[in-house]
Order: sequence, then structure tokens, then C-alpha cells
Amino acid sequence: MGITLTDVAAERVNQFLENRGKGVGLRLGVKTTGCSGMAYVIEFVDEIASEDSVFEDKGVKVIVDPKSLVYIDGTELDYTREGLNEGFKFNNPNVKDSCGCGESFTV
Amino acid sequence: MALLQISEPGQSDAPHQHKLAAGIDLGTTNSLVATVRSGVPETLPNKQGEHLLPSVVQYKKDSAPVVGSEARAAATKDPLNTISSVKRFMGRGLDDVKLLGSQLPYEFVDSESDMPRLRTVAGDFSPVEISADILKTLKQCAQESLGDELTGVVITVPAYFDDAQRQATKDAARLAGLNVLRLMNEPTAAAVAYGLDRGSEGVHAVFDLGGGTFDISILRLNKGVFEVLATAGDSALGGDDMDHAIAEWIMQQASINDDADHAQLRRLMHVSRDAKEALTESDKTTVKIELSDGTFWEGELTRDTFNELVDSLIRKTLIPCRRTLRDAGITAEDIQEVVMVGGSTRVPRVRELVGEFFGREPLVDIDPDKVVAIGAAVQADILAGNNPDSEMLLLDITPLSLGLETMGGLVEKVISRNTPIPVARAQDFTTFKDGQTALALHILQGERELVTDCRSLARFELRGIPAMVAGAARIRVTFQVDADGLLSVMAKEQTTGTESSIQVKPSYGLTDNEIEHMLRDSFDHAEDDAGMRMLREKQVEADRVIEALTAAIEENGDALLSPQERAEIDTSMKKLVVVKAGEDIRAIKKAISQLDKATQDFAARRMNASINKALTGHKLDEFNN
Repeated sequence: MGITLTDVAAERVNQFLENRGKGVGLRLGVKTTGCSGMAYVIEFVDEIASEDSVFEDKGVKVIVDPKSLVYIDGTELDYTREGLNEGFKFNNPNVKDSCGCGESFTV
Repeated sequence: MALLQISEPGQSDAPHQHKLAAGIDLGTTNSLVATVRSGVPETLPNKQGEHLLPSVVQYKKDSAPVVGSEARAAATKDPLNTISSVKRFMGRGLDDVKLLGSQLPYEFVDSESDMPRLRTVAGDFSPVEISADILKTLKQCAQESLGDELTGVVITVPAYFDDAQRQATKDAARLAGLNVLRLMNEPTAAAVAYGLDRGSEGVHAVFDLGGGTFDISILRLNKGVFEVLATAGDSALGGDDMDHAIAEWIMQQASINDDADHAQLRRLMHVSRDAKEALTESDKTTVKIELSDGTFWEGELTRDTFNELVDSLIRKTLIPCRRTLRDAGITAEDIQEVVMVGGSTRVPRVRELVGEFFGREPLVDIDPDKVVAIGAAVQADILAGNNPDSEMLLLDITPLSLGLETMGGLVEKVISRNTPIPVARAQDFTTFKDGQTALALHILQGERELVTDCRSLARFELRGIPAMVAGAARIRVTFQVDADGLLSVMAKEQTTGTESSIQVKPSYGLTDNEIEHMLRDSFDHAEDDAGMRMLREKQVEADRVIEALTAAIEENGDALLSPQERAEIDTSMKKLVVVKAGEDIRAIKKAISQLDKATQDFAARRMNASINKALTGHKLDEFNN
């Protein structure tokens, strides 16, 4: 399985990393918090830990810690625009239910 | 699902994490703190269940200061160490405070800084420190009832507060360990509490009648920003005066003499106040008071009688209302909503008369004592980022225009009054004389056209301008006011890049009255000012013509002018010198155009001469290429 990115998402990540001037890739993960149980984490990565899994897709290194991988394995990361807002979107096959606002989810 | 943004490592926000933010109404008599919980703004009570914290601080010799009702109760026993109404001293110089403080029992001490201090048993305290003690109490109350630290607060200030008073308020908050997200004008907060900011653009009135003061503000909502169009008020008119009116009525009815003892008078005021409050709900109330001989007097006060007693007092509020409408250049019909603030607006007669005056039902649904704090809480919630859907961000504005002195003692406004801050505005200026290498910049604050009528903020110089003919240099002057209201001014000569700048720190000492005066003057003298500006501009133009002509005559007057022509020009020029000293604009205008006519031939000849000079020694072919 692993993690994939859409073309748009990959382009944006590379652009963001370039703007930031440092960082080896993008960390995706989950935190146990929020009204539906879990919430996504999306952060820049400066250092890869030894237990991390690293996926490479379209020139982007995606780093996931082992605990999170269980919940997001198979996810496709997309970047979209909705009205005035734009940002990343997780297309996660593991999700069974998410809260109304979509900030957190259950598997 | 929600769209996500990339965070810095380890800084991802938890979803639905509510950042605690509060709104604080730091009042002269009472202060309140409010917050938004689950979407509903509400004021927070202290441990005793009181929402209103009296703005009174009692300093004690060996223990922490006491703030609130307990301090207020101690005021009569310990007047020197119990400070109330400290808001009136915020941002004021010693002289202003002394003027205000002549009726007050406090002992003021001069200090090295601009701010006066009040002497108490616990030491000398500045108004900022005393306000900080009130804010600390509110902060503690909020954190106890919310169970966590506050991220930030919005504090309200009167619309007429100047930079110095606003800065003093911010200093007090910093001292209390509060992070000020923004200061907000009190009338604006009241309008926000009623959600007027979400409505269409329009003009609203905020009628604020408290215990001892009255303020009326006219606000305009424009592109999401509330501008204060005009404010006015009466610093000695409020609910206390209504209590006095009832007390006098009782004294008359019960034949109590004017020389009644202190305790009797206090009982009288207490009974009067209760009667006033009772008449908000019912049509009549029984008044019962113990007389000095131990017997009781009992009478009935109807709402009609009460209305008669206070009618003239309430009508006094309509005078400032009329004035603000005139200042704002609008009529009562232009007002969309009228917001009622302050406990005294509970009196039905006040609502009636205000409704009549503005021709619409005033908004009274929110507790008028809490409405300002609630509006501040709503704003704080948005600023803390709890309400991502709301695009509304109210902005601070500059209370008075900021500008530069130009030739002729005129003020060129660079940032006009009511401009939302932070803001940066640039304007190009030039030199007045040939070969001028320095420029003196004089920064002013105020609405009037002449330097002498505005307040001087700072002066600095730009040196090292390359020598050029008058008007050729391009000097860009940039005024920048940051989010905290601090002004910095930078001047840069465009060709060489020479620059110079200054930071203007808000100086303490401009009083409410002065600022209101400055505003009112600018309205009252609008016509004179406009005339004066035209005159000064003509005078400056005359100076420039004379300057340029003198230089031209010196250069080649002998070669190009016959003695007769020379004499003619001299006469015209002398005439201009004479009339420009006077104040007749038309005469100056005429003299300039006459001089212009007299020098037309001379100008043409100079032009030809310089073209000839440029062409001499060149073949025509050279120019055809």
C-alpha cells in the first residue's frame, strides 16, 4: 500500500518546501484527539526518525510514523480549493466516519 | 472534509481546540469581563456571583490591594488609599490630573516620567499600575471560571481616547500579564454585540448613559470597518442625577430639611435609587423612609411623576445628540439602529425620548451594563482564531489626522483621521528654493489647516539632497502607523537614496477635552480654514514667482531687457510684494497675473536664448538624426 499524492498536491508540497528553504519532506500522521476520535497531522520534516516509514511519490518524500501508518495506509493526499479556502485533503480508505466539520475522523 | 495546511514540526493544532479569549470593559465606575463559550457570549461572574466589578482599588500597608465591592465599601473610611475612577487619569500629564483632581482626596506626586503617581500607604502608584490591578482581578476571575490561561483579550476604550490614553491602557494590560489582541472603541463594541457589523453598510447611533456620564457616538459601517463619525457627551450627567431628582421630591413631600444629617441623606439617596429601579418594571412604587425623629414617612411615586421629575435631565442628552448628527453631517432619518448602553437606559422615559428623537425603537435586548463587554468578547473570539468562518476583522483607526508642515505654515495631511491601522501612506514633496540641500520635516496631528492650530508631534531633518533647481528634487515621505498606533516617518530623496527617519512615541498629555475641542474646532472653522489655506497657497505661489523671477533677472536680465521693460517688471514685482503681505486673495491673484503678463516677452526671450545657446556650434544635420 503506502501513501500517494495527486499531481497538484505534489507540486504544492514541493513549492511549500522550496519557500520554506529547508526540510526533507512531509510528515503525515494522526493524533488521538478531536470530537470523532482522531485528527490528521500534516507537518514539514527536518529529521527522519529511525522507526519512520518513508514513501516517495512524484518527487516528494512522505514520512509516516508506525503508529499512524495503520490508520492512513493507502491514503492519497490531494490539494484542492473550496471557495476562498485551499488546502490539503486526505482521501483515506480507512475512514468510516468523520465529524461534521471534517477535522477529525474514526476508523 | 476540512482542508488542512502544513504545520511546522510539532506545532499541529488539535482540532476544535478553543483558544480562550476574553473581552474586557474597563470602565470608570465598573469593569466587566466576558467570553464566548460554545458560540454564546456571556459575562463572567466572580466568586461572589457578581458580574460587575467596581473599578475601585484599596491599597493596604502589608497585604495585597483589594479590588471591587469590598474596596468601594472602604472608600468612605479610607479615602486616601482607596482609588476610584482611575480611568479619568489614564494617559494624562500631572497638570491635567491636578485640574481634575482638585475635588479628589488623593495625593498626587510628581515623578521623573510624564505620568503622575498617587501616594498611598503601600507606596506611590501610577494610574497605569492601578488599572493593572483592576485588570489582574478580572483576569483571575476569567481564568478561574474558564479553567485555563487566557490567550488574549480585547479591551474597550472610549471613542474619544487619544493615542496616549490608548497606550496607557495597553501598558496597564501588559503589566497585568494580559496579551492585548486589540483595543476597541466602546460604541463599536456595543454595535458588534448587536451584530450590526454583520448587517449592511450604514450609520448607527450608540447612546451610552451611565451612572455619571453620558456619551453619544455616531458610527458608520463601511467595508467591515466601523468609523466613528462623531462623538459628544456630558461628563456630568447620568443616573445619579435622576436619583437626586427623586431625593429632592421626597424631601419636599416629607418636609425633610436641606440641613439633614449625612446618614439621613445617604438613606434618602438609597431609597431614591430603589424607587427609580422599581419604576422600570411597574407604574408606581411605595417610598418609605425613616425620618430623623425615628418616625417613618411613606408615599407613592408614580411613573408619571417620575417622568416629570427627570424629563428635563433626559432632554439634556438630546443636545449632544443633535450636535453629533450635525458634526457627522447627517439627520436622524439616516440612522439605521440606535444601540442603548449603560444602566440608566433601562429607564422607560429614556427609551421613549431617544426613540422619539431618532424616530425608531432603540435596541435594548442585551443588558445595557454588559453590552460593551459582550461585544469585546465577540471580537476577542474572532481575533483568537476561534471563528474561522468570520471574515470580519474590526480595525483600529487613527483618532486624528497626521500630516506635515508645508510652505506657508500649512498642514498637508498624509494619513487622515479614521484611517484603519496599521497603515502606510507615502507622498512626494519637493524643494522650494534653488540649490536647497536640506528639508525640515515637522510632523503634526490634528484636523485644522494651519500648523499653529494643530499639535506638534516631532521634527527632523533630511540632509544631503543634491543641489537642484527648486521643484526638481523628489522627496518621498512615508508615514507608517503600526498596529499599536506608533507612528514612524521616513523621508527619502529619490535620486540619491539619501534618507532620514524618526519614530514618534505616543506622548502623554492630550486630554479628552482637548481632542474633542480639536475636532470641534475643525468643524467650526472649516470655512475660515479653507479660506486661510487658499490665501497661504497664493502667498506661497507669489513667493515662488518672485524667487524665480529674481533669479532669472540676475542671470540675464541685463542682456535681454531694455531699461524700460526692466522698470515695468520691477514695478509689477514690487506691487506683488506689497499685496502678498496682505490678506486679499483676489489682489494677490491679480498681481501675479499682471507680473506674469509683464514678463511674458522676457520669458520667451530667455527660452530663445537658451535654445540658441544649446544649438550654437552644431549643424542642423546633427539634430535631424
